[in-house]
Amino acid sequence: MANALSQQTQIGDALSQKNRMRLGRLFIYGPLGVMAILYLMPLWVMVVTSLKPLDEIYGGSFIGLPQTVTLDAWRAAWSQACIGTECTGLKPYFVNSLLMVIPAVVLSTAIGAINGYILTKWRFPGANFVFGLLLFGCFLPYQAILIPMARTLGLLGLAGSIPGLIFVHVAYGICFTTLFFRNYFVSLPDELTKAAMVDGAGFFRIFWSVILPTSIPIIVVSCIWQFTQIWNDFLFGVSFTSGGNSPITVALNNIVNVTTGRKQYNVDMAAAMIAAIPTLLVYIVAGRYFVRGLTAGAVKG
Amino acid sequence: MSTLEIDRVRKTYGNLEVLKEVSISIGTGDFLVLLGPSGCGKSTLLNMIAGLENISGGEVRIAGKVVNELSPKDRDIAMVFQSYALYPTMTVRQNIEFGMKIRGIPPAHREKAVRAAADLLQIAHLLDRKPSQLSGGQRQRVAMGRAIVRQPKLFLFDEPLSNLDAKLRVDMRTEIKRLHARLGTTIVYVTHDQIEAMTLATRVAVMKGGVVQQLDEPQTVYDRPANVYVARFVGSPSMNIIPGKIEIEGGSATAVIEVANRQAARIPGINLSSQAASKYANGKVLIGIRPEMFSVGNGQTQGAISVDVDVVEPTGPDTLAVFQLGGVEVTARLPPKQVSARTSATLAVETSKVVLFDPDSEKLIN
Repeated sequence: MANALSQQTQIGDALSQKNRMRLGRLFIYGPLGVMAILYLMPLWVMVVTSLKPLDEIYGGSFIGLPQTVTLDAWRAAWSQACIGTECTGLKPYFVNSLLMVIPAVVLSTAIGAINGYILTKWRFPGANFVFGLLLFGCFLPYQAILIPMARTLGLLGLAGSIPGLIFVHVAYGICFTTLFFRNYFVSLPDELTKAAMVDGAGFFRIFWSVILPTSIPIIVVSCIWQFTQIWNDFLFGVSFTSGGNSPITVALNNIVNVTTGRKQYNVDMAAAMIAAIPTLLVYIVAGRYFVRGLTAGAVKG
Repeated sequence: MSTLEIDRVRKTYGNLEVLKEVSISIGTGDFLVLLGPSGCGKSTLLNMIAGLENISGGEVRIAGKVVNELSPKDRDIAMVFQSYALYPTMTVRQNIEFGMKIRGIPPAHREKAVRAAADLLQIAHLLDRKPSQLSGGQRQRVAMGRAIVRQPKLFLFDEPLSNLDAKLRVDMRTEIKRLHARLGTTIVYVTHDQIEAMTLATRVAVMKGGVVQQLDEPQTVYDRPANVYVARFVGSPSMNIIPGKIEIEGGSATAVIEVANRQAARIPGINLSSQAASKYANGKVLIGIRPEMFSVGNGQTQGAISVDVDVVEPTGPDTLAVFQLGGVEVTARLPPKQVSARTSATLAVETSKVVLFDPDSEKLIN
């Protein structure tokens, strides 16, 4: 009797425990879901607005699904929208941004990798001091370097050009990329370089054949970081380029701010999404390396 | 011809002197072990031979040629590191042939050399694997393969076995010894493990504080340690160093050890030169007795001493008996089950092997 009773209470306990767990789960997933919806709301509005004809938007539907789906706004944003007096759409500026971002990412990552390699494997007196100075660059606000940089670009004859903008982004990015690579290489055993030296390899041979092949995760991290920073940059773009040389962020601002007649919300939304697609793509394609790369230094291979 | 001469080599970092005029010279086919605790400068010395550290003073000569200013690749050496330092993204084959590739050796010749090395080390089936897919012992073999494939004048080993577990360490030790016998190359080997030094070396350099304490054949280092430090460092359990004095009776020396509440222990028949005998007669000395120099004796045994055994530690083949003698703790290695704890025992000492040290300089008395 007593046995059966205790068994029953045990079953009851198990049941209530199960219920309690379910309740706990609800408390976890509930708020998470609400946050996710809140966070995705603007994106939702952007997507649906960009697919609606202008009349429907002015008819009052902002959040709801479009009654007629049309890609006209996307087409307009890409090739017809007026930026200043030129009605070329975002296309040429998208190309400008690509022309700027690719060399800037490649150069800043390459220089950061060499810097990190020297700072960890070919240490020289004062290496830590130099690294400290480089780190200092990470904390410099963009605004602080605008005027000196404008002067420098003028002296170099690069003012207002895409190569000038590449130069700015490379110079500004080196401190970050050096930090990434230095911290990654510091976890590679020094005996690796010593072994390669005994094997007969020199400075660049060791870098190319031994160090770089182990650094894929951190290269990806550096590229993603630099790509998003440079692609999304507005301040340097608006300060150091003009007219037809502007990157896409500056052109987007012009589309949105310069309108005649009714404000074309659908075109604005489509343009904003076009400007955001490359960084999104980079995250989707290489995102898993990003997390892996950021934690790679902590785990020994 | 691959001799190595280290001639009054010094190493300083700022004001800190890490190596003080180290001189070691070995001949072709020698196996030199640099033995010492961490921080004694043995790895620094090895790195200087390899060219990975600058030489602050003195000369290093490989096969008679001064290499001070040569970079590692021009010294005709190969090195095996403690962490193996295999290139993680390359396969075993690529690891082994990397050095040859850089030196521009044609692929056919490379392949042949890799094969030969892989067969010698029994890693032929692993050639297409990555280092991360190998066990510790296999990585060790690959690291050795990378070294031997270039047929250098000099092999350098930097504590190559200390990352392996105990069993594997013994196996690889034998392997290295066999490799040395087959290849006959001159080897410099750094370790803090005195057993490795004893088993592998043809010459041992015991180092401490950047100074070579003794450079000799392993057996000599063991039997006639140059000073108390070497005596304690080499051998396990280490040599018993007991304070006592010397008495000369009719041309023969007797070591006398004071024992509390007992008659003094007397060990007659100590080897001593007449010069030393006259210097230390009735003077204080440190008496060095290895644990295995004790044996179980009886009252009739000449020079037997009686002791109160405190602790016994059976190790299997032997039993270690610990007792007090001359105010210090002394360990004797005896056959199993001959003595037991908290009883007294009579022990004989192999007097011809007893060594004496000067109590002030702690140097061996000849």
